[in-house]
Amino acid sequence: MDFLSGLFSFLYQTGDAFAFLVLSACGLAVIFGMMGIINLAHGEFILCGAYVTTSAVQLGLPLPIAILAGALVAGLVGMLLERVIIRHLYSRPLDSIVVTWGISMIATQGTLILLGSTMPGTGTPFGSFSVGGYGYSVYRLVLMLAAVATLAVLWLIFTRTRFGILARATIQVPHIAEALGVNTSLIYSLTFGLGAALAGLCGGLYAPTMTLVPTMGSAFVVEAFVTVVVGGADIFLGTAPAAAILAVVKAGLTSWQGQLAGQIGLLVAVIVVIRILPRGLTGFILRERA
Amino acid sequence: MSSRNSVSSPFRLLEGPQTLGKGPGFWSGFALVLALACIYPLFADGYDVGNNVYFFNWAFMALGLSLIWGYGGALSFGQTAFFGVAGYAYGVFTINLGDAYGLTFFSLLAAVGVSALFAAVLGYFLFFGRISGVFLGIVTLSVTLVLERFMSQTAGPEWAIGSARLNGFNGMGGMPSLTIPWPGGDIALYPDVALYYLTLAMLVAVYLALRILVNSRFGNVLVAIRENPQRAEMLGYDIRRYQLGAFVIGSALAGLSGVLYTAWGNYITPSSMGMSAAALPVVWVAVGGRSDLTTTLFGTLLVLAGFQYLTIYGSQYALVVMGVLLVVTILAAPSGIFITLGSLFSKGLRRRLKRESV
Repeated sequence: MDFLSGLFSFLYQTGDAFAFLVLSACGLAVIFGMMGIINLAHGEFILCGAYVTTSAVQLGLPLPIAILAGALVAGLVGMLLERVIIRHLYSRPLDSIVVTWGISMIATQGTLILLGSTMPGTGTPFGSFSVGGYGYSVYRLVLMLAAVATLAVLWLIFTRTRFGILARATIQVPHIAEALGVNTSLIYSLTFGLGAALAGLCGGLYAPTMTLVPTMGSAFVVEAFVTVVVGGADIFLGTAPAAAILAVVKAGLTSWQGQLAGQIGLLVAVIVVIRILPRGLTGFILRERA
Repeated sequence: MSSRNSVSSPFRLLEGPQTLGKGPGFWSGFALVLALACIYPLFADGYDVGNNVYFFNWAFMALGLSLIWGYGGALSFGQTAFFGVAGYAYGVFTINLGDAYGLTFFSLLAAVGVSALFAAVLGYFLFFGRISGVFLGIVTLSVTLVLERFMSQTAGPEWAIGSARLNGFNGMGGMPSLTIPWPGGDIALYPDVALYYLTLAMLVAVYLALRILVNSRFGNVLVAIRENPQRAEMLGYDIRRYQLGAFVIGSALAGLSGVLYTAWGNYITPSSMGMSAAALPVVWVAVGGRSDLTTTLFGTLLVLAGFQYLTIYGSQYALVVMGVLLVVTILAAPSGIFITLGSLFSKGLRRRLKRESV
């Protein structure tokens, strides 16, 4: 019984880490995988999702609707930014990253000025259950399901919808897609918006579990960065397996040495992995199949 | 100019294809600016002069980033990691060794060495793993953010190296200033006129040395790698070594900034490695014009002065303004404000701008 509860505890921790990595990274991965841009304002889209969700809950909306609202608002803001700023920099990918950092600075400090240094949270719903004498939060299980569901929905979007097909065509050979009548500029906007909306979704989902401060985005970005770096350009062949592997590393180190050790372990794992697999798991898997 | 004959060949490289400014005109301007900087303490009181050393402290990190990013084309967002590591290392060394016998200068060198070693290890994995531009930026940024979090939790008494407590979020203080051993009483360099001249001398030395470096064979290869890594590799250069070399030198300069800052304020905190701290060097270097040492130097001092002014008169808006400045610069003047403005008046700059915007 002791072994089983220990096993459950480890699985729960791993699942929790997996959910965190997938949810925080998938928005970044969509934008990077499709457009080759690392969005350094990723944390601020998460922040946006979290704040909108919390405000919506305080206005009386049920939590699931509020979370979707958070994702929607973040997505719209993302599309707007793409139209106004990022669009001009597609020929200069490195500069586009620096620009997103500028946006990130403006957003973090702007939130601090406009909304103050903290925002009252809503509290974690659903209570808890206990296995073998340890308490576990039900909401964390919901987050794990949400992570899997997000991956499934993304897979459906990119393989089964017209937008997904056109987006992949645009990314592969932009000018041919354009010649065939695809509105590529709209596709870029929508893809960036989708990435931002996924970040907003992550913020909304985690909003009930966290303290809402303007710098909360930076709690997610390191994990998101390392997952995308290990994963490489493809969200299904890269990000998802990378999140699974890193989740085991993180959960193991966290339960052994604490939160920070988990994070440092992640970073060291990443630096070692990129030495061996420069193109991430995506490159590794694709080479195996080729 | 006498320095152009082949006897003094390193000095010949003070001007060349990789640096703006040549000939008597530029160097007399340089001498004029230097002279102004030298006589400035005569017209200000020691306290202000000491405070203004602060601006110089950061310039080393900016010049290092210009070397890595502007000349080498490698996007490093984590220069503050080396700043922080060297700052803490200086604190640990000096608190344990004391300030007698010129040991503070030994600590300075040792701390810069620590940051260079750290950069060499990290850079080995990055460049020999052939990490592309984008990933390089986010891995280095992740390193500095994790370091910040690591240092923030070192509050307990078990986090001490020798007699130096790391002090967690509150930061480490109480380390001695740089101290010159002198017969009849050591001279501690508090933020005052003496420290100003020392820092100025170091800045001029580093600036001139970097000019020589980037115009040397090393610098030319580095620029070739920035322009086209594949071509440089086909020509037989091991690009990994050159990039690693630039990364280590640039990071050691960030470390030097960290040491000077720590010795200047007798204080270093984990937030010096955080997200907004890491963004600031990128703003200075991008706004001034990252692909040239001179524009980087002036841009850095200008933006820092503006930031300082804003912090005094509208503290919370300063970071917003920095962000806007970064976005506008990248959109409207990607080569930096000096080159873009200068190109309105000068043909040479116009050519350079054209070359860079391709």
